This record gives sequence, C-alpha cells and structure tokens, in this order.
Amino acid sequence: MADEVVLLNAWVSPFGSRVRIALDEKSVEYQYREENLQDKSPLLLQMNPIHKKIPVLIHNGKPICESLAIVQYIDETWKDDKAPPLLPSDPYQRAQARFWADYIDKKVFSSVMGILRSPKGEEQEKAKKEFIEALKVLEEELGDKPYFGGDNFGFLDLSFVAFYSWFYSMETLVHFDIEAECPKLIEWGKRCMEKKESVAKSLPDSLKIYDFALQMRKKLGVD
Amino acid sequence: MEEKEEELKLLGTKLSPFSWRIIWVLKLKGIEYDFIEEDLRNKSQLLLSSNPVHKKVPVLIHGGKAIPESIIILLYIEETWLKNPILPNDPYERSQALFWAKFADEKFLPEIEMAFSSTGDDQVKAVELATAALEVLEGEIKGKRFFGGDRIGFVDVVVGWIAYWLEMVEEAACFKVSNSKKFPSLHSWMNNFLEVTVIRENLPSPDDLRIFFHDLRQVKCDSLTQEIK
Repeated sequence: MADEVVLLNAWVSPFGSRVRIALDEKSVEYQYREENLQDKSPLLLQMNPIHKKIPVLIHNGKPICESLAIVQYIDETWKDDKAPPLLPSDPYQRAQARFWADYIDKKVFSSVMGILRSPKGEEQEKAKKEFIEALKVLEEELGDKPYFGGDNFGFLDLSFVAFYSWFYSMETLVHFDIEAECPKLIEWGKRCMEKKESVAKSLPDSLKIYDFALQMRKKLGVD
Repeated sequence: MEEKEEELKLLGTKLSPFSWRIIWVLKLKGIEYDFIEEDLRNKSQLLLSSNPVHKKVPVLIHGGKAIPESIIILLYIEETWLKNPILPNDPYERSQALFWAKFADEKFLPEIEMAFSSTGDDQVKAVELATAALEVLEGEIKGKRFFGGDRIGFVDVVVGWIAYWLEMVEEAACFKVSNSKKFPSLHSWMNNFLEVTVIRENLPSPDDLRIFFHDLRQVKCDSLTQEIK
C-alpha cells in the first residue's frame, strides 16, 4: 500500500525545517503544502484544531503535530537501510538529545522571538543576552565533536540547525557577530550545510528570512 | 529482558507532582530506587552538579548518569525498563500520548500556576484559560476509563496531579476550575485514577499539601501587596 505523506508548513518556520530535514534524511516522498498563516486552510484547522499551528505531518490521513514529536514519529516509522536512525539507540543518549532539543525550544526560540518582536531598547537587549548565553551553552555541549550526535548528524543537530538560517537576522538586528562569540557553532553550521544535502535543501535562505524579519517588525510597529 | 542493577536515585520533593510522576512509574514497573528529598531553598551539591543547566528537580540518577526534566525521565525509564509499558507500541499512538502530555503541561498547568499566584482580574483571566484547556482534556477522556485506555499510561501519570493536587490548590487560592458538573468525564477519570493500587498507595499526605499551599498562597499574596505599594 502506498504511503500518503503530506506536510503542512510555512517556509519561514524553523520547526517546519526540522521536519523537512528528517523526511529528507529518510528519503520519504511527501507532498508539501505551504500555509498562509494569515489565512489558514481548512485542512490545517481540521488536522490541528487545538493549536492551529504548523508544521503538521499527515500520514495516511492521520495528523501528527509538534516538530519534535513529528521527528520522533518519522524516526520510528521509517526504519531501513535507506533511512539512518535520527535518535541514538542508547536510552541515556536519547535522554540527552531530548534534553538539549527541549533547551533549544525553551531558550533559543524564545530569545529569537524576543529579538524579533521587541523595539530597540532594554527588552531587545535582554533577549540578545539570553540568545548569546543559549548559544554559548550549546557550543559547550558541542565541544570538539563534528556534530552534536558525535560522528554522525542526528536528532539534536537537526533540531538546532533549523535555526541556522535565522543567525544572520539575529546578528544584523542586534549588532553582534556569532562567529566571534561562538566560532565552533558557526563551523558546525557550515559543516551541516556543506555535508548534509537534507539541510541545504530544507533551510530557507538567510537573506529571505531577514526580509521577512524586517517586514514582521514593520507590521508590529517596532521599527 | 535485562535487569538494570545499577544504583538508582531520584532527587525530588515529596510535595511536588513532578516527583510523584516519576515515583508512580517506578512503582508500576517494580523498580527499586532511593528517594532523596531536596530542600529547594538550599539545593544540594548533588542536584546542582546533576542538573547544572536548570538546577531543578526531579532528576533521576542511574549508575551515576543524571537525567533531568520529568517527561524526559519518564521516557528514559520506559526505554530502559521494558516491563509494564506506559506508552503504546504503535508510533502514531505514541505521538498522540506525547501530544496530550505536552498540551496539559503547557496549556493547563501554567494557567493553574498563574491562578494560584494572582488575584483580581489576573486570576479571572487565568481561570478562563485554564477552563478552556480543561474542556479540551474533557473531550479527550470522554468514553475512556483512562487516557491510556483500559490501563493507566503515560498521559494519566503526567496529568495525575489534576486528580489530587488541583483541589487543594484551588481551595488555598479561592478559585474553582474543576467543577464536577462541567467536567463529568474528567471526574470519573479522577476516581478511576485514584483507585489504582499503585496510585492510592503512593500519594503525599493531604494535610501536608493543604498546609503547604496555604502558606505558599500567603507568600504570593504578600508579594503581590508589596508590588502594589
């Protein structure tokens, strides 16, 4: 029986990028549907009635929401030679990967939103500080490993690299240089983009994200 | 099935539902462990070194390896001790269980915390949001004995605090969300949940909880009054 896989997404979303990378890593064929978040489709509202958010993966008609849950679902559902595991097999290493993915959701995402949504001033500076601190903690976790997953790209790499296309916007909006603060992270990001086709294909262009960020700030009246 | 003989410690606090989530699952799976009570006003070296990022309880320490964050701990336990599984085998059903646990922790629990910590309009608003979230949970439990189906599972353990702690939190802060007329299915679930032997035999003293919440509410109200001054 042929699998029907549909992804509801918005091109700017780092959460959606995670799912795109995971699907690509597993060579899953799927239908991509771009959502207009100002005018959500009936399908989105039907598939995610509680949160009405993207990304949503629809597998043979059944919806799965929340990017990290979707990635874990993908990992558990597509398992063969074409499809390398995303999460490690050892329970303790899995716990570590989940812990850091949760940290990224709590600290990186919230500070990115803080920088994006605040006018220039105290609030934005506070978000900037939180963002840099989170990056430094993550850089320490990376250490000298080529990937967060060790020798191989994995769950935590894909959870974080989704934010890589937002780095340029963050640097430009609040005037700092991530490479100066966290050189290993930038090296890692570049490595992911160069060596992993799934990443290069799935991440939106940094300059387009910056355009989007400026438009959003204008709309919010913070610029 | 391998028996994991390494030393198992749980750092927690006996009044916190987050610690009890872990205790319930350890008991359900028949796993031996040592409980270490933490004084959160004076955190131990062990806690600070085991969870340097968040410095919070609960933390599970298995053979010297520390696992923080209650949901992550539950998944670790499930993947390490395979007896009496709390999650379904099917990946889709599993994704749904994770969804509901996250929903309860992110959409209901914070509103109850807010209602407990606030007064006036802020409290009213929090109660409204909590009620809306509880209505969603009511829809999910309708027609089922437990969130996990016929037996308690991951979601039941994560939301179990609603069956025991919630009433005392509401009493202490003079608000009411879990109205039994409005939420009949949830109230049936609460009875079912508390009747499960492992749960019934593993609950903190209601008097201790009442005193704790009463005192904490006093502290919250005092600090709110300070802010206004």
